[in-house]
Amino acid sequence: MKIYLKIWRQDNPASPGQMKDYQLDDVSQDMSFLEMMDLLNESLIQKSERVVEFDHDCREGICGQCGMMINGRAHGPLTHTTTCQLHMRSFKDGDTIYIEPFRAAAFPIVRDLKVDRKAFDKIIQAGGFISASTGETPEANGILIAHAIAEAAFDAAACIGCGACVATCKNSSADLFTSAKITQLALLPQGQIERTERVIAMVDQMDAEGFGHCSNTEACEVECPQEISVLHIARMNYEYNKAQLVQH
Amino acid sequence: MLESKIPEGNLADKWDNYKEHVKLVNPANRKKLDVIVVGTGLAGASCAASLGELGYNVKSFCFQDSPRRAHSVAAQGGVNAAKNYKNDGDSVFRMFSDTIKGGDFRSREANVYRLAECSANLIDQAVAQGVPFAREYGGYLNNRSFGGVQVSRTFYARGQTGQQLLLGAYQALMRQVGANKVKTYTRHEMLDLVVIDGKAKGIITRDLVTGEIERHAANAVVLASGGYGKVYYLSTLAMGCNTSAIWRAHKKGAYMSGVSWIQFHPTCLPQSGEHQSKLTLMSESLRNDGRIWVPKKARDERKPNDIPEDERDYYLERRYPTFGNLAPRDISSRAAKERIDAGCGVGVMKNAVFLDFSKAIKEQGKEKIKEKYSNLFKMYDKINAVNAYNEPMLISPAAHFTMGGLWVDYELMTTIPGLFALGEANFADHGANRLGANSLLQASVDGYFIAPYSIPNYLAGELKAEKITTDHPAFAEAEQVVKKQLQQFLNINGHLSADHFHKTLGKLLYDGCGLSRTKDSLEKAIVSIKTLRDQFYKELKITGDHTINSELEKAGRVADYLDLGILMCEDALSREESCGAHFREEYQTPDGEALRNDHDYCYVSAWEWKGADAQHELHKEPLVFENVSLTVRSYK
Repeated sequence: MKIYLKIWRQDNPASPGQMKDYQLDDVSQDMSFLEMMDLLNESLIQKSERVVEFDHDCREGICGQCGMMINGRAHGPLTHTTTCQLHMRSFKDGDTIYIEPFRAAAFPIVRDLKVDRKAFDKIIQAGGFISASTGETPEANGILIAHAIAEAAFDAAACIGCGACVATCKNSSADLFTSAKITQLALLPQGQIERTERVIAMVDQMDAEGFGHCSNTEACEVECPQEISVLHIARMNYEYNKAQLVQH
Repeated sequence: MLESKIPEGNLADKWDNYKEHVKLVNPANRKKLDVIVVGTGLAGASCAASLGELGYNVKSFCFQDSPRRAHSVAAQGGVNAAKNYKNDGDSVFRMFSDTIKGGDFRSREANVYRLAECSANLIDQAVAQGVPFAREYGGYLNNRSFGGVQVSRTFYARGQTGQQLLLGAYQALMRQVGANKVKTYTRHEMLDLVVIDGKAKGIITRDLVTGEIERHAANAVVLASGGYGKVYYLSTLAMGCNTSAIWRAHKKGAYMSGVSWIQFHPTCLPQSGEHQSKLTLMSESLRNDGRIWVPKKARDERKPNDIPEDERDYYLERRYPTFGNLAPRDISSRAAKERIDAGCGVGVMKNAVFLDFSKAIKEQGKEKIKEKYSNLFKMYDKINAVNAYNEPMLISPAAHFTMGGLWVDYELMTTIPGLFALGEANFADHGANRLGANSLLQASVDGYFIAPYSIPNYLAGELKAEKITTDHPAFAEAEQVVKKQLQQFLNINGHLSADHFHKTLGKLLYDGCGLSRTKDSLEKAIVSIKTLRDQFYKELKITGDHTINSELEKAGRVADYLDLGILMCEDALSREESCGAHFREEYQTPDGEALRNDHDYCYVSAWEWKGADAQHELHKEPLVFENVSLTVRSYK
């Protein structure tokens, strides 16, 4: 198929960016979206132009490193799919595809489609863990966890940290990402001791990183590759309010 | 002389003996000692976090944008532990003997026993961190079975066991970053090791954003940079997986072992065209319920559901009635290749076999299968637009795990004092073939439980040593070498991309040093790779400059892969036997199984770098078996 591309090119965080036009004449339907990008870059090398920089690694939908706004949607036209799992069969011959980075004040552009998501690491540093140092461990079956609780904790833990929720949110809110970790650890018996401090520290850090607030449009859940539920955001708010009462 | 430093005592006492006699570092002195950890997968993150918890100053490096991206995330199926929760006859010794046998008797008894011994504690550790393993309805941990064993010892978190274990380690690491005990350097790539007076004293890195070349000094350096299966280009690995950290350490004096022992995973999605960049892994756990078959008739064009039962060849069940579809990976992959080569392969490129769930769905119901594997079926649908609840999956073997890596002793120290290698980056525990669900285990055990003893044992001797700073001439020298190489890549200005060379190398290796090898195929591959390497340095083309440049990153990695590819072939050529994943066609039994030669090859090969144009020198560490007898590995 013939595909027309309009791609955001930007040298560094300080420089202005712009959309540039490219064309590929021989795209196969079976290619993944990133393989199409490989093809583009191969052609740019042949033309002695600088390649389009984009983040990607595992190409099987689990590392969370890839992510682009494709025709205005985080990770492209399919719901619950990472960019690397999107295939060209989702497009048709002659299509024009707009490709932009995940945009958010807390995700500065590094170059072209690469963004800096360190803010997510900082939210986890603030409290997204259970303080169990190596060796401080009871026998695993000494902590019984009901099947349903374990499954619910897993559903929340499945977040891959790609940032699609932030990119798609009109407020650039990181509520879905943060609340998923809070839910996972609040559900598990191991996470109870630090429950209060954790939610306050993580929410405060989220605000400090410059993410916006949630206004309940629920767009994040639609784009999330792991189908993380917005109900976690409600739980986070509940946990946060309760923690405020307990602390003061 | 290679000194493996196996502790005294009975097999079951060795690790305790070691721990009881290890040198300790006073808590007040730990903050004076710096450790560099390269890689943030399960091995690297767990090691960096554990050393941070102990009070050492740790610098943690990864090339990805966050430590959580490391390729441990991709392991799906599970992690083994000898808990014997199922009361089905498991024990530390049984897990040890399964692993030794699974590795075709080409690993050290003491290392493997320690792996099995520490396995139970890993589950405790992960549960304490909040890793959401699957549970029974009574609240107890659930298990399933994996290839090559007859007990259920695999713990799992749906199809995301690696992701969940890594998040546990990553969160432990982030906690130490918050506590200022670990400093992380993301988007940084190690480009050289600095060796001073024979000891590892630091690394040279490139900041992948600014392009700046940086010097980092430390009292010890840990490489936990993963495996090099991406050398084949088409593999189950992430695009950035590379050999550069260990290869550059190899060029500074660390020996490489079992270099050609690469596991081809039997359940991957087949290649569908030339554009393809990766072969996605489908968890081996699928083989618990899926049956593998091909049409009996060669070049059968019928749809799978149209082929009647008696015209199907369930070749694993036929050849290995005891283990059936759960035969170990090397055997399953080779059996698939045998059928594909016989013309019975299926799919567009006739390079695949069927993995069929119809019987399991009939027996257990669709809902049960969904509960166990829904994410895998979903992934299959996304990539192929095929609903595998209704028709069989197409699968094919693909390059996956490297049993080989840097040679390490019992303390996980390489032949360079102060340089440690953990996880897939070392050669240690899997012999010539790794059993499923043992890689997450080995990476975690190395990082959580072994390194926190063996690294301090080395560091205790460093307290009195003169403190090295980055002003030392060895740092300047290493930095110059790195800068010169990067400039060289940019200057070539040829006409072929780094990917072109990588793909060509991959094809040469699949043909010459892949699932099976011969003297002839290996000798030819060596000649071809050397020609390709010459061409690389004459015709490579990189656009862009020193600042953020993915092509420049690839060039360095491909350069190292080209060198490594030659050593892989030489390693396979030198071993005139078949063992585990190393299948030399000249050495097989009449029914096509691997024929080991314990008389001549019961050793670990350890290769010493002698310069770019010189032959590697082979050193041998004999393997001694006192607790298991060397038997023919049979799964029939």
